[in-house]
Amino acid sequence: MKHLFSALKRYRIEAILSPLFKLLEAMMELMVPLVIRAIVNVGIENGDRAYILHACLILALFAVLGLGFALTAQYFAAKAAVGTSATLRGRLFRKMQSFSFSRIDDMGTASMLTRMTSDTQQVQTGVNMTLRLLLRSPIIVFGATAMAFFVDARTALVFLGLIPLLVVVIYAVMAVCVPRYRNVQERLDDVYLSARENLTGARVIRAFRKEEGERAEFRQRTKALYTSQVRVGRIAALTGPLTYLLVNVAVIVLVAVGAIRVDHGALEQGDVIALYNYLALILVELVKFANLIVTVAKAASCMKRIGAVLDAEGEPSTLTEGDTADMGAPVVVFRDVGFTYDGGGAPALSGITFTAERGETIGILGGTGAGKSTLVRLLPRFYAATAGEVRLFGRDVNAIPAEELRAKIGYVPQKAVLFRGTVASNLRWGCENADDAALMRAAELAQAADVVEAKGGLAGEIAQAGRNLSGGQKQRLTIARALVKQPDILILDDSSSALDYATDARLRAALKTLSCTVFLVSQRVSSVRDADKILVMDEGHIADMGTHDELLARCPLYQEIYRSQTEGA
Amino acid sequence: MKNRKAFAGILRYLKPYTVPLLVTIVSALTVAAGQLLAPYFAGRAVDCILETGVDMAGVRKNILGVGVSAVGVLVFQWILSVCNNRIAYGVLRDIRRDAFRKLARLPLRYLDDRPYGDVSSVIVSDAEQFSDGLLLAFNQFFTGILTIFGVLGIMLAIRWEIALVVFCITPLSIFVARFIASRTYQTFKAQAESRAEEAAFVDEMLGELKVVKAFSREKANEAIFEGKNESLRQASLKAVFFSSTTNPTTRFINALVYAAVAFSGGLFVLMTADMGAPFTAGMLMTFLSYANQYTKPFNEISEVVAEFQNAFACAARLFSLIGEEEEPSDAGLPALGRVRGEVAAEDVAFSYSPDRELIKHFDLAVQAGMRVAIVGPTGCGKTTLVNLLMRFYDVQEGAIYVDGRDVRTVTRASLRENYGMVLQETWLKTATVRENLKMGRPDCSDEEMVEAAKAVKAHAFIMRLPQGYETVIGDEGVLSAGQKQLLCIARVMLCRPPMLILDEATSNIDTRTEKIVQEAFAALMKGRTSFIVAHRLSTIENADLILVMREGKIVEQGTHAALLARGGFYAELYHAGFSG
Repeated sequence: MKHLFSALKRYRIEAILSPLFKLLEAMMELMVPLVIRAIVNVGIENGDRAYILHACLILALFAVLGLGFALTAQYFAAKAAVGTSATLRGRLFRKMQSFSFSRIDDMGTASMLTRMTSDTQQVQTGVNMTLRLLLRSPIIVFGATAMAFFVDARTALVFLGLIPLLVVVIYAVMAVCVPRYRNVQERLDDVYLSARENLTGARVIRAFRKEEGERAEFRQRTKALYTSQVRVGRIAALTGPLTYLLVNVAVIVLVAVGAIRVDHGALEQGDVIALYNYLALILVELVKFANLIVTVAKAASCMKRIGAVLDAEGEPSTLTEGDTADMGAPVVVFRDVGFTYDGGGAPALSGITFTAERGETIGILGGTGAGKSTLVRLLPRFYAATAGEVRLFGRDVNAIPAEELRAKIGYVPQKAVLFRGTVASNLRWGCENADDAALMRAAELAQAADVVEAKGGLAGEIAQAGRNLSGGQKQRLTIARALVKQPDILILDDSSSALDYATDARLRAALKTLSCTVFLVSQRVSSVRDADKILVMDEGHIADMGTHDELLARCPLYQEIYRSQTEGA
Repeated sequence: MKNRKAFAGILRYLKPYTVPLLVTIVSALTVAAGQLLAPYFAGRAVDCILETGVDMAGVRKNILGVGVSAVGVLVFQWILSVCNNRIAYGVLRDIRRDAFRKLARLPLRYLDDRPYGDVSSVIVSDAEQFSDGLLLAFNQFFTGILTIFGVLGIMLAIRWEIALVVFCITPLSIFVARFIASRTYQTFKAQAESRAEEAAFVDEMLGELKVVKAFSREKANEAIFEGKNESLRQASLKAVFFSSTTNPTTRFINALVYAAVAFSGGLFVLMTADMGAPFTAGMLMTFLSYANQYTKPFNEISEVVAEFQNAFACAARLFSLIGEEEEPSDAGLPALGRVRGEVAAEDVAFSYSPDRELIKHFDLAVQAGMRVAIVGPTGCGKTTLVNLLMRFYDVQEGAIYVDGRDVRTVTRASLRENYGMVLQETWLKTATVRENLKMGRPDCSDEEMVEAAKAVKAHAFIMRLPQGYETVIGDEGVLSAGQKQLLCIARVMLCRPPMLILDEATSNIDTRTEKIVQEAFAALMKGRTSFIVAHRLSTIENADLILVMREGKIVEQGTHAALLARGGFYAELYHAGFSG
């Protein structure tokens, strides 16, 4: 909730003015029964038509004023609600962008997206409704009670008896229903999962002839959903009728007590009518209020999800303080480095020790899950080593501010990802100020000049996620993008897998002409055989390292991998 | 027209709920009557309270009336809600089940042609919105209509002149609501566009957040986001504000009606005071209460109409999914039984769209136990062959035979039972490892299952999962692509089918593990017909028959030696090293 109030703060004035105008509007409504009382007690009693006319003109005036107040209140409420959700979206976006890779893994894209979209939308509705109605209802209920006391304090005691009962009923129903609504939501998630799986897995399900089994499961899940919906509905449906009954019980007591009071001459008929009208006002208001509570409860649970994100810690710029650079050191030093993923039991890396000199090419070879990608992800500190020490440019990597660190490293991820825009806008991710010539140079190095040409030059359109490009084209553009940075360290994380051997070879030759240190992750011996140093990874540790010839001579694992790839050729 | 069709569809789904529907209508009638009678009795009771003398017996009689009416409303409104829940959620469940059943019967062409999100949102969100609309309608429509007529009736009976005043002013609120709704439509459209714009950006950037961070693009993205967020805020403000003017405006008209009733009623009390049937102050109170009750259903009904337009649109999408043409039924066709594994294609023609010719005059003869390799560059349509063999798609001309029988003359299930399929795109159900492995043979023993897992080197990592074989896994989640592929392979190994289809089945597995898996496969494939989409040379060379594909067409077929000798596309691929 503190996040909600903090976001609302910028719209403090609107958030105060809106209920204030609602209050004014409510006061207009609260005056109405008094006017009616006057009509009955004075106008009708004295047969004064002019009086009745005047009273009704006052009613009309109240209506006009009420409209004006209400519209003003709606405007301020809308402004505060919309502004709050926009502020929350902005903060969420900023916070999510600051997340460390572990946190991103942990949270998952889908969950981040729903928080950005549907959760903030629910909160917007909740804030809007709260400002407009949630505050109005108590004002009306308590206002009507106060006015009733003004009319006749003794009879108005009925109101004091009624209000706690109403509160109890509404509270009890909500207390029972809110957790059950959550249960309904979970059942709905199951239904959604079934539907989605039967679309994504259509081929496998048909191949294994699981159609009937899936249908039975779906039947069971829709049944569970139906049951939970009907069950919670049965209780929720009590709110309206119960409040109706309570208010009418109050009417009965009011009329009975009123009758005695009038009989004693302490009250007039018009007073009883006015009191009755106040009860009617409360009833209409409560029906709206009951519906509203559900909306607000939903919004509150969404706000909790948003709050969880905003409470999460972003990635700090540096992990450790002050570290003096050792100018003479190699570009990259790994000293007994270990790493365990959050929630992962066994370490993904352990005992990694090696150095890389300026301009060297380091090949990293190994099987699925050997820890190749994990190793290179420690360099730009996407993940921080959990043991040992990683030193870059003679400094502890944890002490280098993230932005400075990542500016020096060109990273080409396994999955080639491009963004909607143009070829140039994508390449400029590497360097905002690069001129066209620099972009083309990078493209040529990455063997992507023909891709740029095929798209109609640097201004060529790139569709969302680069859908209008083939896998190989995308890979080459992502390599070019990293080269635009003119990085000190270039990391290719298995990023030439979609290239044919000839293009791959040309690419490696081109990279040789650069002065930067290159890390080349691959499953293919042919990609790394020319590297200055090859790290052979096996189950999270370095099995051996050396040049191709050295490894071929002494490393059984390397020999095995080599054989498995050259056999028969 | 479209609406009428949707309406007929809705009626069809409502039919099984005739009894609850009748109960709903009767309850709605009782509730409306009770809600009208309570103020009536209250008014009568107040009339007994005169300064000149209070008729206590009259008061007692009439407040008893209020009490009975209120209890009646309590009971029947609850019944009404419960019935309506049963109807709306029941229809929702039925309609979802029908839509879901449809999924299994639709041709894959239909599913391949649209994003998964589109179809699942029909089953989930559209169905939900439709049932919400239905619920709202049932909860408000009947009582609303009955209340309107009831109020009019009673008012007419007591004092038709005042009824006329109410009758003339109230419809104003509908016109105003309509007017505002048509105005807000534009602002909502602008808001939706603005929102979609922002969502697309967020989707892209949060979806690839790791790349964003690798390039330190956070600041630049934030600036772009702020711009989009601000235009969304402005568009939303307009939409939210304009749509929220409906309530105050109708309330304003309501207040005018109230004032008019008070005025005309007040005058009538004076004018009829000395007549035989006077219009009393209590009646005025009843009328004022009615004036409030009368406008409420008008507002609600206009709300229901708006909501129902949306519900109709959702229903139309649901019915169009449910009414979609199914795969031709194979009920009544004989089962294929266990085959030897002879596969033949005769003069087969197939294409995904009529304007793009794909496979034409394709012949194939595979003897039982043969190994067939399918090669070609990425995206050449190797998967098309899998589609045809498994009958995910049917040929357009010619025929495919298994053991000499046209596959279209037997049931699909019995054909597919004879194939074991492993695809490059792995798919696992959200269920335990055990359930996934036993998918093809739920009755197999745990020993067999573990044996299969060991054969593909999956046992070790399964045991490392938090609950071993009982760990719930899914399409997303903890397993790597390679591990998922191993599970898919084990799943097929357990079935021991006479024919195998392996579509790049080992593409995500490292070369060493792959060798082990290959050996396991080799043992499995012995004596079985197998179709293997592959680009590894050793696999291809050892095949009995090689099909060479290019741009969706089968351009060459033969053995390795024969194809090399021919010096065609295969030879070209061979010399380039079969990349991709």
